[in-house]
Amino acid sequence: MKYQTDAKITWCPGCSNFLILRAFQDALFELEKEGQNPKEIVFLTGIGCHGKIFDYLNLNSFYALHGRSIATAQGIKLANPKLKVICFVGDGDCYNEGIEHLIFAAKRNSDIKVFVHNNRNFALTVSQFTAVSPKGFKGSSTPKGSVEEPFNPLELVFSAGATFVARTFTGNFEHLKKMIKEAILHEGFAFLEILQPCITFFDLTNFFKERVYTLENQDFESKEKAQEKIREWDYKNDGKIPIGIFYKIKKPTFEQEFFKPSQS
Amino acid sequence: MQKDLSILIGGEAGQGTRLAGNLIANLFNKLGYFVYVYEDYQSLIRGGHNFSEIRVAGEQREARKKEIDVLIAFDKNTIFLRQKRLKKDGLLIFNADRIEQKKGIGIFGDKIIKEEGGIPQMINTVFISALAKALGISFEILESVLKEKIKRGIDLNLKIAKRVYETLETKTKVAKIRPLTNSLLLTGNEACALGMIRAGLEFYFAYPMTPATSILNFLAQKEEELKVKTFQPESEIAVINMAIGSAFAGKKSAVGSSGGGFALMVEALSLAAQTETPILIVESQRAGPSTGMPTYNLQGDLDFVLGAGHGDVTKFVLQAGNAQDALFLGNLGLNLAWRYQTPVILLLDKDVSENTFSVDSKIFKSLKIEKPKLFFGKNYQRYKITKDGISPLAFPGSDFIVKANSYEHDESGITTDDEKIVQKMQEKRKRKFESMEKEVEKLGGIEVFGKKSAKVAIFPLGISKGVAIELAKEFNFKVIFPWILKPFPEKKVKEELKGVKKVFTLEMNATGQLANYLKRFGILAKPILKYTGRPFFIDELREKFKKYEISN
Repeated sequence: MKYQTDAKITWCPGCSNFLILRAFQDALFELEKEGQNPKEIVFLTGIGCHGKIFDYLNLNSFYALHGRSIATAQGIKLANPKLKVICFVGDGDCYNEGIEHLIFAAKRNSDIKVFVHNNRNFALTVSQFTAVSPKGFKGSSTPKGSVEEPFNPLELVFSAGATFVARTFTGNFEHLKKMIKEAILHEGFAFLEILQPCITFFDLTNFFKERVYTLENQDFESKEKAQEKIREWDYKNDGKIPIGIFYKIKKPTFEQEFFKPSQS
Repeated sequence: MQKDLSILIGGEAGQGTRLAGNLIANLFNKLGYFVYVYEDYQSLIRGGHNFSEIRVAGEQREARKKEIDVLIAFDKNTIFLRQKRLKKDGLLIFNADRIEQKKGIGIFGDKIIKEEGGIPQMINTVFISALAKALGISFEILESVLKEKIKRGIDLNLKIAKRVYETLETKTKVAKIRPLTNSLLLTGNEACALGMIRAGLEFYFAYPMTPATSILNFLAQKEEELKVKTFQPESEIAVINMAIGSAFAGKKSAVGSSGGGFALMVEALSLAAQTETPILIVESQRAGPSTGMPTYNLQGDLDFVLGAGHGDVTKFVLQAGNAQDALFLGNLGLNLAWRYQTPVILLLDKDVSENTFSVDSKIFKSLKIEKPKLFFGKNYQRYKITKDGISPLAFPGSDFIVKANSYEHDESGITTDDEKIVQKMQEKRKRKFESMEKEVEKLGGIEVFGKKSAKVAIFPLGISKGVAIELAKEFNFKVIFPWILKPFPEKKVKEELKGVKKVFTLEMNATGQLANYLKRFGILAKPILKYTGRPFFIDELREKFKKYEISN
């Protein structure tokens, strides 16, 4: 099956979102070979640069409201649990506007996959600070620099109960593809943050390249190990940035619990 | 005794006056009376003052009377607050263990319960038994109601009932009426829920908010029996976005809230219109602005609901004036949502939602599950341009690729800002609204009561329908109740207004929102308003209309 539509791509030339689009298709190609029916995939997008991926993929999809795609996704999954439901979201989209849905989807262990295109600013509205922009970020709404510190979204999602927490970087294509595939294959709530530099407004390509390293021999089921590695880079410090799977456990999904026949 | 009785039963929250009221309602339902129960309670769990007002009559009477015929007092406060409404020769029944009072029928309820080894809640049984005896209702009928309604400790309840029944005397006899058959007692919320179920509701999403909460609770408690799933997400925003997701995936879905929760849903209401996703939204109004009075009624959301949604939003707005309407419109509302792939708002209010009404069970036979217009063929396009503006549906997981888009889009759902395509899409949705307008003409959208050739017409809003009908009978007026508010059934309404010289609205809000809305269609109405949170009494309107010297 051909996954791409003929729609004209309107990301900035050289945007790292192209890599996500490519990696997703490559991952899907492999998954289809392994038996995944692409017609049983539904993906959703929020609003922002990431959302444009909606137009480029010829798959079932819903271009949702800013911040709300994770809520809509859970409705789809409840209505038809056979579907694989994937959310492409942005950092402004899901860490600012719609963070409640992210936290609650993780809490429930809803069987949806969340891919965050984290470029650390609102790019489509010509660059303002988001929940994960560094303190002092000079965006169009904070010419003197934002006064807020960022939070660590991985720690939030992990604390809320996500059963799959991972990070990847568009600068490492093979890793990106692998993480997308792993997340899709996870049964339960999968959270994948994609460090996706915005080459136009906030180019962190070299910053990430210098700091990113791949997690090795991570004990996926250890809460302590997960927390330690998740905290290694808290979006504020200048330390190393681990990528890979931090945490992954098996647990009944929300949908399994929801449809379980009552005991009484 | 007359064929039209008002019984007020009051006490503290937690004492069970609502259950007692419900038992009385069932007793009279069994006798074949029309029943209407007004619930007045405060937003607290214990203490305070709650009461149920039960009006039973030989004909449909869905309004409150100031003068009551029977007062049943669980506590002293009820006598203090409500005795002034009891008519001179009215019946007062009270708990003599807690109230010192010379007049009336005092029963040592606590003592009897203690001696029989019962629990405090059985005071309900004491009172209903006392009432039955005082009104000369046979013990057999009382027994059958108690057996139906009380599941736990029924033997002991019957023993207590018998003891009370035998110690008291009959004061008066209930009037003989032509008894109703096949009549059900339902609150508006229960009726609305059942109406949606009969249209094939599969998912109901809601976040608790009075007075809509009992729809969620009712459905949640009957999930297996009614074959429905309910879910309470993190917020009203999640509620509607989830419901839109489940409808997109092919499941009939509805949501419900009051004004505040609905306000949070409005962004997604526009999403439903743009993505053409079918969704029924039940909005049960309570007193506003803001948090207002959770357990009291004001119909102040009309303007907001009619105008809700950014952009040119196509939608239906329906309103119910009693449980029968809520049943019918819950059903029709969900069917319309799917027929036109559009948001539908069903407007209720606190009194329609939570009061109890007699509903003719034959109506259930007229309720139906409609099949949506599905796509068959090749090369599916979600937003195919059609003559009537309705594009056939397909769902993800089928053979077709379905793309729904909150941005302006082309026929296949791809984002666009191309002038020509934008215009076509706007016009497609406009044609859909025109189809909806034609549908309203077909459906009629109004109910008319009273004298055909009347020179005075009243437009009631929500719960005021009952009082308007009663008033119209006395004054030979006409009542026009538009149960579809948007698209407005302008033609039908104007036909009914031929020969009418004076038009009134009956509204529970401070600004006359219905009168203002009618003005848009060139109908000049004088609004009669009440905005204390409590519905109109028939008595106060009677006075008002006499004062206006309006005659036919």
